[in-house]
Amino acid sequence: MAVASVAVDAATETMVPGSEDEAIAAFGDGVGVVVVGGGTIVVPDLTYRRIRPSKTLMLGHAGLAGIETDGAQVTIGAMTPVQDLVDLPAPLGPCAANVADLEIRSQGTVGGNLCAGDAPEAPRGDLQGAFLALGATVRFAADGEVAEEPLEDFLGEHSGRLVLGVSFDEPAAGAFAGLDRPHTHDYTALAVSGAKGNDGTLRLAVTGAGSWGARLPSAEAAAGDPEAAGKAALQDVSPRDDALASAWYRTKVLPALVRRVLTEMGASS
Amino acid sequence: MNLTVNGAACEIDGSALTPLLDVLRDELGVTGPKAGCHQGGCGACTVLVDGEPRRSCLMPAGYAEGAEIVTVEGIGAPEDLAPIQQAFVHYYAAQCGFCTSGMLLAAQAYLARGGSDDHESIQEALAGHVCRCTGYAKIIDAVAAAARGDSFDLTTTAVGKHTTMATGGAE
Repeated sequence: MAVASVAVDAATETMVPGSEDEAIAAFGDGVGVVVVGGGTIVVPDLTYRRIRPSKTLMLGHAGLAGIETDGAQVTIGAMTPVQDLVDLPAPLGPCAANVADLEIRSQGTVGGNLCAGDAPEAPRGDLQGAFLALGATVRFAADGEVAEEPLEDFLGEHSGRLVLGVSFDEPAAGAFAGLDRPHTHDYTALAVSGAKGNDGTLRLAVTGAGSWGARLPSAEAAAGDPEAAGKAALQDVSPRDDALASAWYRTKVLPALVRRVLTEMGASS
Repeated sequence: MNLTVNGAACEIDGSALTPLLDVLRDELGVTGPKAGCHQGGCGACTVLVDGEPRRSCLMPAGYAEGAEIVTVEGIGAPEDLAPIQQAFVHYYAAQCGFCTSGMLLAAQAYLARGGSDDHESIQEALAGHVCRCTGYAKIIDAVAAAARGDSFDLTTTAVGKHTTMATGGAE
């Protein structure tokens, strides 16, 4: 049968740490290391020889999966499958439920999603907008040291850093609005997440309007008027044409999604 | 690596990074899981890992170590079809058969978690499975019938060939 031959290069050194500490040590400075989370992105890259790493770090047994909450803060391990998020409150729950199908959601991980940027067909990190709206903080290791950073600063800057987990304060209110996907395996063409903190801070963020998820500061500033906020959001993004949607279409739809999120949050708070 | 496939313990040489699909087909000769797209897009390679449907083309074999792996060969035999296989035969829910083993395993998992005969829920459960013959209506009917616990007299609906197709084919 004419299927790609997929024998893994014997030259690839495979590291399978059994704990977080072992994973941090094995990752080191990350040079030449390809991290395998759930495998949904990296394994096809290996299969089709788009990457030929000298070292791979497989996190499946490193104990990095799980969701913890103390009633005020939620902490999610990097290896937590996307499917485990679907019952969480908006924006994260409905955002996660809008990712791929049951099997892919059960295999793809939060850490992988936060490190997935642009691909030829579309931006890939479907969860990034929801985590940005929640004001999430990323916990990561670099050169053997563990550090934290706001997700906003981390996105696109993951090289040499091993994501260990992500945390955020439980929001007082949240909402998610996304375009329906033509097929379950498409990435989200455009989606907006919103969350209101217990201190009254309101954050809006978009997925699908650029290489990485992004905050919508102009829309946030005009949030009192959902109509105006929707229009203002266009100042915060420069969408591109790709296989899922044209830039033109995205600029037409973004104001409506912002409006829907703000209206829903207004109604729920 | 030590894998358990359809109840049999297997010892495998090779990288933990090798996709489970390639271990099953190339090393073990278990050909029920089909190598369709090799990138998670078609669903034909789906197997059960500890009862949960998983894309074997995306799963590094090392992640399946210690788990119970069940392929379509493990849910029934031509002379002793599982209820979901009987329903597929009865409804002629297989045409070319390439997607069938993945569909059957996703459906089997859906039934195991108490899935109902509601068509929308079935569509959600099978959403990642592509049928190139576009035989979706019959497939969903078959899963709904199995969810209701319908029983079939297959001697009047299909014999021989159809039975082989519904178990995922021989290739």
